Amino acid sequence: MIANLGYFALVLALLCTLYAAGLGVLSVSQRRPDWLESAHHAALLVWPLVTLSSLCLITLLVTDQYQISYVANATSRSMPLYLKVTAWWGGQAGSLLFWSWLMSTFAFVAMLRNWEHDRDLMPYVIAVTMITIAFFVGLVVFIENPFTRLWQLPTGDTVAAMMQPAGTLPFTPADGRGLNPLLRHLGMIIHPPMLYLGFVSFVIPYAFAMAALLTHRTDAAWLRATRRWTLVGWLFLSLGLLLGGRWAYDVLGWGGYWGWDPVENAAFMPWLTGTAFLHSVMIQEKRGMLKKWNIVLIILTYALVIFGTFLTRSGVLSSVHAFAQSAIGPAFFIFIGLTFIGSLALLFREWDHLRSDNQLDGLLSRESAFLLNNLLFMGIAISVFWGTVFPMISELVTNEKISVGPPFYNRVTGPQFAALVLLMGVAPLLAWRKASARQLGRLLLWPFLLTVVVVIALLAFGIYNWGALLGFGITALVTFTTLMEFGRGALARMRVNHEDPFTALTTLIARNRRRYGGYIIHLGVVLMAIGVIGSNFFQQETQGHLRPGEQLTLGRYVMTYDGLTEFTHTDGRDVARAVVSVYRDGVAVGQLFPRRDFYSETNQPMTIPGVRSSVEDDFYILLVSWEPIGDSGATFKIYLNPLVNWIWAGGLVFILGTLVAAWPDMLEEKRLAPATAYATQKAA
Amino acid sequence: MPRFFFVLILLLGLLFAPRAFAQGNAPTDDQVNQVAKKLFCPVCENVPLDVCPTQACAQWRATIREKLSAGWDEQQILDYFAAQYGERVLAQPSTRGLNVFVWLIPPIVIGVGLFVLWRVLNGMTKPSAEPEAATPPLSNDAYVARLEKELKDRR
Repeated sequence: MIANLGYFALVLALLCTLYAAGLGVLSVSQRRPDWLESAHHAALLVWPLVTLSSLCLITLLVTDQYQISYVANATSRSMPLYLKVTAWWGGQAGSLLFWSWLMSTFAFVAMLRNWEHDRDLMPYVIAVTMITIAFFVGLVVFIENPFTRLWQLPTGDTVAAMMQPAGTLPFTPADGRGLNPLLRHLGMIIHPPMLYLGFVSFVIPYAFAMAALLTHRTDAAWLRATRRWTLVGWLFLSLGLLLGGRWAYDVLGWGGYWGWDPVENAAFMPWLTGTAFLHSVMIQEKRGMLKKWNIVLIILTYALVIFGTFLTRSGVLSSVHAFAQSAIGPAFFIFIGLTFIGSLALLFREWDHLRSDNQLDGLLSRESAFLLNNLLFMGIAISVFWGTVFPMISELVTNEKISVGPPFYNRVTGPQFAALVLLMGVAPLLAWRKASARQLGRLLLWPFLLTVVVVIALLAFGIYNWGALLGFGITALVTFTTLMEFGRGALARMRVNHEDPFTALTTLIARNRRRYGGYIIHLGVVLMAIGVIGSNFFQQETQGHLRPGEQLTLGRYVMTYDGLTEFTHTDGRDVARAVVSVYRDGVAVGQLFPRRDFYSETNQPMTIPGVRSSVEDDFYILLVSWEPIGDSGATFKIYLNPLVNWIWAGGLVFILGTLVAAWPDMLEEKRLAPATAYATQKAA
Repeated sequence: MPRFFFVLILLLGLLFAPRAFAQGNAPTDDQVNQVAKKLFCPVCENVPLDVCPTQACAQWRATIREKLSAGWDEQQILDYFAAQYGERVLAQPSTRGLNVFVWLIPPIVIGVGLFVLWRVLNGMTKPSAEPEAATPPLSNDAYVARLEKELKDRR
């Protein structure tokens, strides 16, 4: 009953999206504003319908309705309530419904918020968002339906279908199979919603960009209307990536936080093009340049968002041939192809209208620095894309699957990242339009001298790795120039307004949120870069077999194996938990409990590390194996990850900066009022 | 003197010779992992062999240990696994055949990108004949001044 209601609501939602998209477009060509009103109402109805459908699924999940195929596959009786709720996005069909729900939520808010301001763009904004939702809801309705029921064939096999197939009986399993144990972690519970939120919020700027193209608007109105959407999308995507890294570090048990896994890359690629977009829109807003390029970037970001979902949802990663086994892969492929080609065709149609309002005044300028920034972001994005899709190309061409692992990505993107971070330090010092090399040299003098001091200090501490020295040198330079920017701004305020330093600094940030929010983000990136350099260049590891009482040494740390217990947890997993004492410079710093969980229901082992964290480094212990009978010994793998916590700290600074930049600003709203009022006048 | 050089070269040669293990001299876990790092788990997607907890991986690591004990060097072991299970077990693609393109495309893209950027920048720049005074640089001080003016207007 509930399942039927959920499915029915979804079918209605699909009809609404198609109706709204069609009527929205027709309202323009037929000059019928009342049709647009109707399309608007239909579009607004999509969110309540998808919400109703989602509530139905959640009800089924939390009330143990195992006759529903999705519920039986994603939950089990032993799972706590919150995990049953999160099973909403724990499986294929549910996660697509979840995607649709988030997307419809964002479309709903955009529809309400921008209805008055951007009336002339609205028909197409409705069309683009509704078509995107229609695609995902369509996938759920026709291909991956979470509401199908289980039926038993006379042979004893079960099938899943909405209607009872002939000759079958209703079937209700006694218990479900349970959520993938790897996903039973707080990070994994928050991580997918964050990523998906990031994904779907980039659809809004894309929709406005397409609307601007279709209405022949060449100004930056679409950028202004969607600036906050872009920042919010970017914030969630960044949060999703950070949480994913943390989850990998805590749960996957391989001593690292980023493995260049195709699934990680799928989320990273739209982040890269989105970041390029965030930077290059500033040139269009300020100087009326790069109009075409910004549209290209948002088209790419949208395509990569859908591509990312495709990669993770179609099974194409395990094998190109698995892709055709479900209809979902080809459907995604066609949708990406059509939207991508369609968007580019629209762009080319408007190509001549999108001429720059200004020209570049000097090769050395803020504008050219932004362009170089864009080139680097695109370079990294293309490198990552290439590494991710190459195994598929190889499989198609030579029928042999290959792996493209971390060594490739580190080698290819490492230098590009270094250049990008360096640029991050220099670009803010360059003036708009035309900068002089002398002025730049004067501004860079002190930061550069301080950087030299830092590098000499590092040498004195015994760091001779030139790659690390270069990396740390670049981060130092960026830190000094960025802090100098804060200092110069605050000093100017102190001089002009006679404010005390604290007031000057806080007012400076509060009154220029985007600029200084951006600089705070840059400082966050610097902290993360320090963590990445430290943990990449100076990670140490060793492995050894220990009997109780024996010890293993790594760097300044010594671990002693105290003992091991094996037990079965109440939720059914078999746990082997080792007790290890850790000493640093001969001083006891505590006990750690690395363990191995084994989920017999899914036949899946999980290695949970024991970690001792400090600002300086992480001492990270994995239990590799043990002798089950008696307690004669166990094998441990230990890592020393220097500076790894700087990554998480940097992540917090990064998020803080994004919040500063994205926070609503009355002054800015007022300044933008004329631009948006124009749109309303025109529509009225 | 020549004999001294001869001995020196011999010693250096020993120093850089691939570390082979004599029979009975068991390789350490770290030496096994050094090789395992460069291979991927045969059953899980994209998990390096040195950290994979599955039974299959434990067996592969045992194989690496055997080969090391038998005096094989790293490349021989990697080649052995690639021949047995296909190239997909190698974490880093080889530079043979089609795989060359994995490595070639990114630098080419960057190179072309730099060239295009250079052309675009030059194309977008005004001819230098124009007097410079016509375009006063929008310096940061002007930015601060404008900012202060806006703030004053607001009060």
